[in-house]
Formats: sequence, structure tokens, C-alpha cells
Amino acid sequence: MLFGETLVIAVQSIRGNLFRASLTTLGIVIGVAAVITMVALGTGARAAIDEQMEALGGDILSINSSSWFSRGVARQTNTLTTADARALAIDGRHLGGVVPEINGRQQVKYGNRNLNVTIIGTTPNYPEVHHFNLAAGRMFTEADDSARRRVAVLGSEIPGMLDADAASLLGRTLQIRSISFEVIGILGSKGSWGWRNPDDDIWVPLSTAQFRVTGNDLVETISARVRDGATIEQAMLDIERILRREHGLLPGTDNDFAIFNRKQFLDSRQEATEVFTYLLAGIAGVSLVVGGIGIMNIMLVTVTERTREIGIRKAMGATRGNILLQFLVEAMMLCLFGGGLGLAVGAAAAYFLAEFAGWQTQISSASVITAFTFSAAVGLIFGMWPAKRAAGLDPIDALRYE
Amino acid sequence: MIRLENIERTYVMGADTIYALRSVSLSIAPNEYVAVMGPSGSGKSTLMNVIGCLDSPTAGDYWLNGHHVSSMNDRQLARARNRDIGFVFQTFNLLARMTALHNVEVPLIYSGMKRRVRQARARHALETVGLADRMLHRPSEMSGGQRQRVAIARALVTEPSILLADEPTGNLDSITGAEIMKLFDKLYDAGNTIIIVTHEKAVAEHAKRVIRLIDGAVTSDGSPGASR
Repeated sequence: MLFGETLVIAVQSIRGNLFRASLTTLGIVIGVAAVITMVALGTGARAAIDEQMEALGGDILSINSSSWFSRGVARQTNTLTTADARALAIDGRHLGGVVPEINGRQQVKYGNRNLNVTIIGTTPNYPEVHHFNLAAGRMFTEADDSARRRVAVLGSEIPGMLDADAASLLGRTLQIRSISFEVIGILGSKGSWGWRNPDDDIWVPLSTAQFRVTGNDLVETISARVRDGATIEQAMLDIERILRREHGLLPGTDNDFAIFNRKQFLDSRQEATEVFTYLLAGIAGVSLVVGGIGIMNIMLVTVTERTREIGIRKAMGATRGNILLQFLVEAMMLCLFGGGLGLAVGAAAAYFLAEFAGWQTQISSASVITAFTFSAAVGLIFGMWPAKRAAGLDPIDALRYE
Repeated sequence: MIRLENIERTYVMGADTIYALRSVSLSIAPNEYVAVMGPSGSGKSTLMNVIGCLDSPTAGDYWLNGHHVSSMNDRQLARARNRDIGFVFQTFNLLARMTALHNVEVPLIYSGMKRRVRQARARHALETVGLADRMLHRPSEMSGGQRQRVAIARALVTEPSILLADEPTGNLDSITGAEIMKLFDKLYDAGNTIIIVTHEKAVAEHAKRVIRLIDGAVTSDGSPGASR
């Protein structure tokens, strides 16, 4: 009841000095808007990385042959073979799919068009393990592979690069390294990942590639998907165990291969983004504190201006607590009003950044709640001192104040 | 109802100690009409502040309706001011942003009364002082006499034990002042206890008892005629 009255008085007092109140609130508006925008940017960046992780498959481990030292000389030799891939597929209890691949840039000719793109020789389960969809046609099969058929599946951007319609390319022949390949399928778009854009690759059966190009059974990379329900650590141990056995490595010697964990890479990027977000939000938080000092300043002026009113209210029976609450409520009302306005400005800024700068932003309910909590806290903290001063005024002095 | 025993109030100003009240003892019974007189600096305002629970005496005992005011804390003093005392000031001391009605409601807000009851009582108080048609005006839209009537209504609205008036006619012309004094007489006849601090003889003559103060001490206490 008395609290309702306190609210009414606070509203009247703010309305009585609307222009001044608005200027004071501006500090809080800017502070909250800055926090909201920064957090929206950070959340957006994180969502983008999450999406990437989803698309690329955070559950895929890549195995490469690593450089190692032999008699003091660093060597880099391919050590992975199709046999390794087969062993992993058979013995890897925690692996859900194993894809060996070799790749290299080759000249591709189609009609009078000429491209230099990455050709990947791999197994038919490649799209499934790497989360690709087939946009048109079909993927090559085990039969294509064992027969070393000259068939090719194109990345989604290849037709555009060849100035050809995707549908009309199917069944046509193009030349890779002057060897004719039949186009049998086109994969869906995946988006670029860092410096690699898988959408402008071409896939051919592994055996075809080895037979036509490399002439041996070495592969450059083996990708292995972690089986559902298994951890990445279990899968990595699996790979290490099998490959050491296959390569006949003695205990105590180093691995001659390296396992690359995409999730780890993305996680570290995620972490960097988070640190950056906290940093920006922290700087924005400083402006919120500056806004709070503005509130405190104007509240001190208000208390001085209304000294007489305080005296009157005390003579009418207001306790220290009543007066304290009244000024505290007024300060918090200013701050919450600023917080609401700042939220709107911040949301608008985030929208425009997304629309015109192309940055991904996302306003979460958590950031909205945080903004309001913070502005209320600022009101409470910076309103406390002026309110205490008001409450502590001596009624006689206050009544005499001119 | 009011009993002061050896009340002293001193102010320390630098190295000097100023005696505003020296060993004042007096008692006031219900439905008395008292005027406190004295030249400026005689301590009459300090006495009024002590009686009104706005100021605490440095020594001595003060009982208000049987409660020992000298040992009250802030909350208890605020409660006493709210329930037992009605103030009327020389400068009216109304809240400028609010209507007459809301001004009169203020003490009732602090006693925690519900809005509807509060407004009914405030209306009644304003009718008593003859301002039934001015309730929704702000102080700036009223004459001095009307403002003082609002202040009196505000003092009356809690039905206090004592009406304390500090120079209530000081800022009014003589005709308006006389009207306000007539209002006080009427309130006295209705059974209220009134204490008026003044230095005007014309005002003091309305009272039934006059207490004179000089240099913080009571020099005479009796009927207006006897002290002349």
C-alpha cells in the first residue's frame, strides 16, 4: 500500500523533471545498449561456430601421416594405406565409418572450359560420413570402385564454374588430367570451412584414382566418424591401437601418424570467441557504471532540491525507511526505464549490424534478463548513497532549508 | 497530556555552547489553548520543536500521553509525530506538486491507511476548514489564507492530541490572519488542544493561557490578561 504510494510519488517526481531525467537516463541507455549489442554479437558468433560444427561434423577425426625423426633427420612420408583404412573399419569398435582419401589439384576440362580444382579419390561412404547430401544423380558405388570406373561426383559449385546447368551435366563427360570421366552425381552445398571450400571439389572412386594417378595404395587422409554413444577419446585410442599394430610400431616409439580432432579445433575457436565477448561486454559494462554515476549525481541534486519536502514528510510522520525507499525507488525507476530503452536500442543495433554489416547476431533472453538485472543493480547501488543522505536529514534543518 | 521536566536544549557552535532552553518545566492538559510568546531568539521555536518530537532535548524528561519521548528512537518519534501531533507552519509547507486533497492525505499515507478511507477523511478535513470547493487545486493556485487552511486540514486529519502552530498568521495579512485565528477558536471549541507560538499580542489574546519565554527560560505562565 505504502509502496504503491511511493511509486506514484517517484513517477510524479520524474515527470516533474522529465528533460533532466531523460538526459540522466541516457547514460544507462547507452550502457545497456552496448552490453546487449556486444553480447548479441558474441552469441551470434558462437551460434555460427555451432552451426559449422554441426555441418562439418564435430564427431569426425582426421588421420594424417605425420613427420617424424629418423636418425636426426625430419622426414615426411605417406604412411597410411588402404589396408589401414580397411583395418580401422573392421577392428574399430568405436568408429562409425572410415573414409580414406587421396587428393590433389588437377586440370579439369569440359568443352572449352578449363578448371584447376581438387580431385578427391575416396570410398562411396564419403557423403554419409562427412554429412553431405546428394543434390542430383547418385554417388559412386562399391562396384564402381572395384571396377575402377571413371565416374565423377561434382561439388555444388562446379557446374557454375563450368558455366553449365547442373541437371544437364549429369551423364556428360569431362576430362580430368585428359582422362574422360562420366558425371554421375552432384553434391549439395556445405559452405566453406576456414580456408577450404568443399563445394568446389570433385570426387572419384578411390581405386580409380590410385590406378589412374598415384599407382600405389597409399592414402593421404583417413577420416573416421565416432560411433554414436562412444567418446572421442575412446575413438582416438581405437585408432592409435589399430594403426600402431598395422604399422608394426614398437612400444616406446612415436606414432607415424597424427589424429586431428576437428571438435578440438572448433572448441578452441569457441573459447576465443567467448573471451572476446566477455571482454567487449566488460568494456560495455564500464559505460553502464559511468551511467550509474550520472544517476547518482542527479539523485544527489534531487535530494538537495527536495530537502524541504523531505522535512515536511518527516514532520508528517515519515520514517527514515520511508524516505530511503522513496529515493531508492526513484533511482531504480530511472535505471529500469533506461534499461528498457537501452534494450530497444541494443536490439535495433544488433539488427542493423546483422542486416548491413552481415554479422551474425542473436539476442538471448538471458542477455535481456541480465540487462534488466544490471540496470536495477546500478539503480540500487548508485541510488543508495543519495537516498541515505535524504533519509538521514534532520527534520528541523530540512524544514528551514530555503 | 504534555509534561516537560527540566528540559534543556543546547547547541554547540564552535567553542561556545548556546542555551536555547534552560530548565523548562511545564505541563499542558487536554483541550487547553496555549500561546507561547517571546522575542526572537527566546527559544520558543525550539520549545515547539521539542514538543513536536522534531527535536530531542539534551537533558530533562518529556512525556507525551504517558510516553517518554526523550528515550524514543527514530521510528517511534516518526510515529509520535504522525499520530499525536498536527503541525501548522508559518510558511505553510505544502507539497507544491500535489493537490490540496493529496497534501492532506500525506500523514494518513504514512500511518498506512487505505486509499478510500484516507480520501474520505481528507475530504472531511478540508470541508471542516471551509475548502470543499478547492480540493483539487494545487498550492500555487490558492491564496495564502487558503494554503494555511489546507495546512490546518492536514494537521487535523489524523485527529492528533495536539495542534502545534508556529506563527500561523506570520505570512498572512491581518484580515486573513484574523480568519485563521477564528478557525483555531472554532477547533478549540470542538475540543482540540492547541499550542500557538507567536509574537503577536493579537494572536495570543485568543489563547486561554500564555507562556512567556525569555532567553530560553519561562518568565510567566498564566491567562493573557494577567501577564500584561
